[in-house]
Amino acid sequence: MREGSLSGRPSITTTERPNWRDRRRYLWLLGTVLPLLSFAGWGLVNLTGLGLFWWIGPIFVFVVIPVVDQLFGDDPSNPPEEIIAWLERDRYYRYVIYGFLPLQYLAIFAGFWLMTRNGGLAVVDRVGIAVSMGSLNGIGINIAHELGHKKEHLERWFSRIALAPTGYGHFFIEHNRGHHVRVATPDDPASSRMGESFWAFWPRTVVGSVRSAWQLERRRLRRMGKPVFGPRNDILTAWAMTIVLWAVLVAVFGVGILPYVLLQAVFGFSLLEAVNYLEHYGLLRESLANGRYERVTPRHSWNNNHIVTNLFLYQLQRHSDHHANPTRRYQALRHFDESPQLPRGYATMIVLAYFPPLWRKVMDRRLLAHYGGDVTRANIQPRKRAAILARYGVPGASLDPVPAQARSHGEREEVG
Amino acid sequence: MSVFRCEVCGYQYDEEHGEPREGFPAGTPWAAVPDDWCCPDCGVREKVDFLPVDQPADAGSA
Repeated sequence: MREGSLSGRPSITTTERPNWRDRRRYLWLLGTVLPLLSFAGWGLVNLTGLGLFWWIGPIFVFVVIPVVDQLFGDDPSNPPEEIIAWLERDRYYRYVIYGFLPLQYLAIFAGFWLMTRNGGLAVVDRVGIAVSMGSLNGIGINIAHELGHKKEHLERWFSRIALAPTGYGHFFIEHNRGHHVRVATPDDPASSRMGESFWAFWPRTVVGSVRSAWQLERRRLRRMGKPVFGPRNDILTAWAMTIVLWAVLVAVFGVGILPYVLLQAVFGFSLLEAVNYLEHYGLLRESLANGRYERVTPRHSWNNNHIVTNLFLYQLQRHSDHHANPTRRYQALRHFDESPQLPRGYATMIVLAYFPPLWRKVMDRRLLAHYGGDVTRANIQPRKRAAILARYGVPGASLDPVPAQARSHGEREEVG
Repeated sequence: MSVFRCEVCGYQYDEEHGEPREGFPAGTPWAAVPDDWCCPDCGVREKVDFLPVDQPADAGSA
């Protein structure tokens, strides 16, 4: 009698759920730790007297998660195929995601309160809080991403709320209708190219994504016969939410916080752009005779099965299945054997992306191996094309994962 | 009136209802939708990839 449907939806009968328990079910709650970090940082500062702990956000994302990720390693297991539909209908999983939003906003207000109370903190501590807040709001873009792909109106609305702190409201238009359509092609501002450093990618994707979002929205509004600058423009309404939020913060905490509001926004969306950078690095869909690109397949996204990052990012790293089935909910995303794998979780790979020589050393040979040694099949940065072809240009030349050192010293003809 | 379906996510374009949010008011024939228009829900498939959905017999065969 206790099995009545709490959500008002028909409860799932056990016949649809044969002997399978989701081991990750309650682990998904881990993600809600992130908004609570600023409080932990405050506690640690009080306990130790070290201002370092105002930087708890980047410490957690770039140090703690990569270390713990290595300790727990991979989990490539998939839910059984016959369970997927049931798993997607179970509303528990979406409530976990919704729960992030009030905590995210609580952490923002708490952060600025900590920054300004009692006459305010030193500049270095303020910057620490802003960067921690940026880390949280960058991960908030991942929450927005999960919500923005869903068909339900309410979830699309929640998506914009999660994007407001970073001013990235245009993301849910550009990402769904731009990036997903053009992914792994030279036309996509959010697909990075072989030989393109993160620092070269950053302005291209930040500017290109706004421009593309605007073009998509303008086309839609013109078809509707509505003004581009009007209340029907989803980009303008999303940005208006940002302005309202920022104005409220300034009204409450004073105009002195404005530089830190901007800093957390830039740090937050740059975290997202770093994730964009590593998700499709160098991958290219083939051009077909009819002028279209081949269909997106699992081979067009970099994946990873490190369990800890997958829990904190709601399986964003199972990126191939996401591109094949964008409306599929996080708890049901699957690993594919044919998808290219990153050597570490996204959190570690972001750090690598900040150091381009390190990134190239780790990734270029993996990209090359993915294309059977044929570098011409990769999405290459036009400016670097000649240099890259000269280095890797002979098909089959670098099929084996030859240590970069050996390759740079030895001549190409001795390999293969 | 015909219905066309995105095979990836199950989205259906029904000529009778159109898709007003996308600028195709009710009654907009499928032929008037541009070829490069992509599925508004998943963005994976474009118009030319949509498949016609069989209509009930009493709707009058096409």
